[in-house]
Amino acid sequence: MIDQIVLLLNDYTFQVVALGTGFLGLLSGVIGTFATLRKESLLGDALSHAALPGIGIAFLLIQRKELSLLLLGAMIAGLLATLIIQVMSRKTVVKLDSALSLVLSSFFGLGLVILTAIQNNPNARQAGLSNFIFGQASAMLRRDVQLIAVVGSVLLMLVVLFWKEFKVFTFDPMFARTLGFSSKITETLLSTMIVITIILGLESVGVILISALLIGPSVAARQWTDRLSLMMIIAGVIGFISGVMGTFISSLAARIPTGPTIVVVVSFFVFISLFFSPKRGILANHFAYKKRQRAFMKQIRSLEEGKG
Amino acid sequence: MSMITQITMVAVVVAVTCALPGVFLVLRGTTMVSDAITHTVLLGIVLAFFITQDLRSPWLMIGATLVGVGTVWAIEALQQTKLLSNDAAIGIIFPLFFSIAIILITRYAGNVHLDVDAVLMGEVAFAPFRRFVFMGMDLGPRALWTMLVILILNSLFIFLFYKELKLTTFDAAFAAAVGFSPVLVHYGLMTLVSLTAVGAYDSVGSILVVGFMVGPPLAAYLLTDRLYIMIALSIVLAIVNSVVGVQLAFALDTTIAGMIATVTGFTTLLIFVLSPKKGLIKASLNRRRELKKIDRQIKQAQKS
Amino acid sequence: MDKAEAIRVDHLTVAYDAKPVLWDISIQFKKERLTAVIGPNGAGKSTLIKSMLSFIQPITGSISFSVDDQQDRAYKAVKNRVAYVPQNTTVDWDFPATVMDVVLMGRYGHLGWIRRPGKKDKEIAKQMLLKVGLPTFASRQISQLSGGQRQRVFLARALAQEADIYIMDEPLAGVDMKTERIIMQLLKGLVRQGKTVIVVHHDLQTVKQYFDDVVLINREVIAEGSVKEAFTEEAIDQTYHQDRNLGEGGHPS
Repeated sequence: MIDQIVLLLNDYTFQVVALGTGFLGLLSGVIGTFATLRKESLLGDALSHAALPGIGIAFLLIQRKELSLLLLGAMIAGLLATLIIQVMSRKTVVKLDSALSLVLSSFFGLGLVILTAIQNNPNARQAGLSNFIFGQASAMLRRDVQLIAVVGSVLLMLVVLFWKEFKVFTFDPMFARTLGFSSKITETLLSTMIVITIILGLESVGVILISALLIGPSVAARQWTDRLSLMMIIAGVIGFISGVMGTFISSLAARIPTGPTIVVVVSFFVFISLFFSPKRGILANHFAYKKRQRAFMKQIRSLEEGKG
Repeated sequence: MSMITQITMVAVVVAVTCALPGVFLVLRGTTMVSDAITHTVLLGIVLAFFITQDLRSPWLMIGATLVGVGTVWAIEALQQTKLLSNDAAIGIIFPLFFSIAIILITRYAGNVHLDVDAVLMGEVAFAPFRRFVFMGMDLGPRALWTMLVILILNSLFIFLFYKELKLTTFDAAFAAAVGFSPVLVHYGLMTLVSLTAVGAYDSVGSILVVGFMVGPPLAAYLLTDRLYIMIALSIVLAIVNSVVGVQLAFALDTTIAGMIATVTGFTTLLIFVLSPKKGLIKASLNRRRELKKIDRQIKQAQKS
Repeated sequence: MDKAEAIRVDHLTVAYDAKPVLWDISIQFKKERLTAVIGPNGAGKSTLIKSMLSFIQPITGSISFSVDDQQDRAYKAVKNRVAYVPQNTTVDWDFPATVMDVVLMGRYGHLGWIRRPGKKDKEIAKQMLLKVGLPTFASRQISQLSGGQRQRVFLARALAQEADIYIMDEPLAGVDMKTERIIMQLLKGLVRQGKTVIVVHHDLQTVKQYFDDVVLINREVIAEGSVKEAFTEEAIDQTYHQDRNLGEGGHPS
């Protein structure tokens, strides 16, 4: 068993994929923190679905599977979806929730229409475009990991660079505006970063599950600290570990899909944090409640004795 | 009956069945919960299949519906801890349930004759091949009958509890005070949403069900301020979208469910921009007028 | 002029999360009186109302209602004799409903499950709209109303309940002078007809002018009785300017 694990850890493909999903987890943990704190967790879900037609149209235009160009298409579609969602939910009576659902499903429908058209087209190679729906981490190549690392580093640098602006904007957009930070620019930058993170994950984790990677680590991290900087670091670490562990577990036996396994690992961290966080976890809360209740019942009893 | 007629009939029935509970989902702002349900019923389908080993079993539908209702319960339990925001709770629960379902299907792919792609993306085009044969008589596509039964259930629920749905959606506190439990009505509605999602999965696919539930009611909401007109308009729009969608899909030789979802998104966006009551153009005109009014008031105040 | 009580709150203690919000509260709301419930933010006014309507289960204590023929009953037994007006900020005003729809909801409690409102209910709803001065607004969409008009529609809904006891959470918050006058006239009219009205109120200036009785609370009852007797400088001061730290286990916010 141990030999097998050592063998696995030394396996080149495993190293590549684990590093890729690890980076991805780290990145989405960090970027997802902003989305979670802004209460826009589900935006990621809508945007990932919305990216599908972008990939399809890009493929139709260039007729080959050039990853960077496909991702560019996905990005344009994602940004368009963001725009539609924001206009719908802010300028009219439409609720954010309805806007998200509508964009999610109609863009995804369009994506399927285009993918089907591509598959029906004998000239086009199938190109495994449907892999984007569920993701295929095992197909990750070294250059894919390089792409994630390079783009990811740029995003992380942006986070450091605009730390102050993002922090104020996430906490209180109106206040940020009074300080003279353009909320439009900050918001556009933030949503672009979220879209890019999602798109980097499409190939390995897939359209449907990437949002979990964006939400999970930051929700888990939130339970351990009240400081934004620390929360972001913890979220990044949890994301990284989840990516590596998920890949590891799925490599242990045949037919364990990587993306869903990573999601299960992330969820594990989330539930551990929700239950066992010493400050505000469910258990800590429960014991504090019991303690208060005991003190409280004592008071009540003395009250009733006083009455009688 | 020709193929396209049968497919159109199935598509129309599915679309109307989804639009009915969708009206109240849109009004309550809980459409993303229904998105979660449409994903997690897959887990129900898989688990129930392990037990019954029969994709046609009614137990499969019941099991999957229960998992859908369980999803709502799990999301609300997480929300009640107040440790994470409401939408994050949705975003944690459904990928987890869904992932477990995918792992189970992939792991036991040899034993499960379940096609994940079909569950998620569905294909109405196959509906006419799966017949409903009763006492030796061919009664048409099976999906048509399944969805008709669910359509009747949904209509009956909304007809009988119209007053209760309206009241609990508009003012839950008042509803509770006069003796109508909002929780009971909520779970009743969510049970039907789950059942609808389960019933629709093999013709429409679970992801697109959300579009069928949100699109027509949202467009109708933008066109009227009467609840019963909103319901009627939703039905009309659901029918129009699915008929146009089927025609276009045949013309372009592509996925029918995907095409209907695309058409739904398109018509809803169109109505969103153009609606004379609450559309985008109208809203921005209103805002401009308000601003001008304020400007005038400020100028007048400065003069005097 | 001592009157029988309509609601008796008896040694009520309510806690959220084992933190006491109301502590050993006993109040007698008298019949045919207009009573104000007064206290600073976080004093437990809304909690008191919610406990009275059984939204919250108290730790100890009881609440009983008395209407003409029924004495000392639980809220559930007399819920159709009690009308409740929640704060109007909690509903979705873009909901596709007309003014008439909302007022008709006042009849729902009498109808029970499934049954629809009939001609008689619509007639009652129309009368009540007339009473609050909005007779021409029946088919108006609710989002087109001003704040004061919205509050009057809520009041019409409560009137349509044809109850004996009216419990209102801040009905005068954020309304214009005209609406305030109309609402107060109506409430006084209700009392003259023999109804009991309890209002959570925030404006100390108008207490003497508007109300018969007053209850001053800040987690505990500070004073209770007729406005003349209970609404004293001293009691007000005690209600608003004292940091009322309840019990060792309590964490007042």
